[in-house]
Amino acid sequence: MKTKDSTLVGLVIALPVFLVGGWFVPNWFQSLLVLAFGKGLVVVGLVLLMRTGLVSFGQGLYYCLGAYAAVSVGRIFKLPDSILTSDAIVMPLFGGLVAGIVALVLGFLLAKYRAIFFAMLSLAFSMILYGLLVKVQVLGSSDGFNLAYKTVAGITVDPASQLYTLYAVSVVMVFVVAFALHRYLRSHFGRLAEAVRDNELRVEYMGSSVRYVVHVNYVIAAVLSGIGGGLVGLSIGHVDPDLAYWTTSGEFVFVAVLGGTGNVAAPILASLVFEWIKSAAYQYAPYTWQMVLGISLLLVIMFLPAGLWSVFKRRERQA
Amino acid sequence: MASILRAKGINKAFGAVTAASNINVDVEEHSIVGLIGGNGAGKTTFINMVTGYLKPDSGTIHYVGRDITAMVPRSITQLGICRSFQIPQLFATLTVRENLLVALGIVVLEAKKFASAATLRSENIDAVADETLARFKLTEYRDKVAGFLPEGVRKLLDIAMAMVVKPQVLLLDEPTSGVSGDQKFLLMDMVMEALRADRVTILFVEHDMEIVNRYTHRVLAFYEGRIIADGEPDAVLHDDEVIKYVIGTRHASATPKGAFHAAN
Repeated sequence: MKTKDSTLVGLVIALPVFLVGGWFVPNWFQSLLVLAFGKGLVVVGLVLLMRTGLVSFGQGLYYCLGAYAAVSVGRIFKLPDSILTSDAIVMPLFGGLVAGIVALVLGFLLAKYRAIFFAMLSLAFSMILYGLLVKVQVLGSSDGFNLAYKTVAGITVDPASQLYTLYAVSVVMVFVVAFALHRYLRSHFGRLAEAVRDNELRVEYMGSSVRYVVHVNYVIAAVLSGIGGGLVGLSIGHVDPDLAYWTTSGEFVFVAVLGGTGNVAAPILASLVFEWIKSAAYQYAPYTWQMVLGISLLLVIMFLPAGLWSVFKRRERQA
Repeated sequence: MASILRAKGINKAFGAVTAASNINVDVEEHSIVGLIGGNGAGKTTFINMVTGYLKPDSGTIHYVGRDITAMVPRSITQLGICRSFQIPQLFATLTVRENLLVALGIVVLEAKKFASAATLRSENIDAVADETLARFKLTEYRDKVAGFLPEGVRKLLDIAMAMVVKPQVLLLDEPTSGVSGDQKFLLMDMVMEALRADRVTILFVEHDMEIVNRYTHRVLAFYEGRIIADGEPDAVLHDDEVIKYVIGTRHASATPKGAFHAAN
């Protein structure tokens, strides 16, 4: 192509900036960034679904599964401590794997539905998980359980640098995902997402299966949610069934709208902004922080209907 | 010539409305067939059944000897039967070029299933897209969003997309509706020229009898789900029943050949 791919260039430049820059920021900010990156991955998946024309109000299902998966397997099968339950890379990836398998199965049903039916069905499934987790004693019922990591890719990490290490892991994961998804959206198959959103009839008449496209993108979104959930679980050090509650899923939709669907980096950026507003609002307006969030979204919808990312787009056009 | 498409004893009813009543059609390879008839006569229903969008209540449809009656549209497309739409079916938020790239991308993706796709390579779909744009004189709209284009351009793009699959049989549903007078012939010339080289069999629905007369080898006249006349354009367009039910104008028989217009 004649034009340089500015997104790829941006990603390549941003990766070392984030890796090095993270070293110098205070601990609370590192935590906030890990949280934002983890949730950002969920939103990236949600945006992929939106490009396919679907809004899921149940990504909390996979977010929660990803956070619970590794340690739950250890607890349920009474396994001794292993790399599965104490590794900062293995745990989120395993979470993504479990989320992907569940999505593969549920996808056979969900890929048939559109619009509000898809949204409500996905919400229903996430609430089923919530209901289950509240009842399962071995997983801590409504209290959940604590979790922590000791190794990264099998190498033991000094407790003093654990926070930065998790930060670095999440930065790398986010960039790998952003890079891969950016490539995916430009592939023949990835392009079909928007085609399905625009005109399913035409896609079928061109010789491709709409349900297959929806199903694949649904699974990809779930895997990203699972990985994100795994990172957030490690960052907070605790998981509980609220991760699957519908308000959690609603928050992801909120962030997706905040960022817009224009670019793979948009949901990550939106997630950072969202977490920052949320923590600032908590601090300065502890009783009205929801109102602060609500007003922020209102302003974005009114002045930047295509999301925060449109600020960059506009500047590009002017330049 | 060999038969490429054969519909046998097709019936289809929507409640009390008969959309197809004992339709028997045998289309020869490389022929160009016009479908005429008033609104609700069953032309589009016929196309919808051939392309798998609707299932006939009874009867069979064969494509080169293969029963395609129960197949879904995408399998039928993969076999080599494509269609365009009366109301263009585009990817409205994508640009003209992106619309073609999606279409070409599908051909590359499903290459194993498309008999016709053997020559299309992933690396050169950009070139093929540009070439298609040029062939359909769409180059100036290349980067325009499809949803905002004039109807004639949308129509052309719709047909161009149906053709990237390199079909053996192409069904065009009112290719010239919404296109202005002179543009109609330009459009048809362009389409026919593009298709003639590939020796594609064409069935098209048309209300403009002048176009039917100029471009077809054979005309099927539909009325209330039946085919009331089937034959060379000259014969069909002068058939009493066709004049009465399809062309519908008193002066039709008095006007010289090639100057008819559909009343509807």
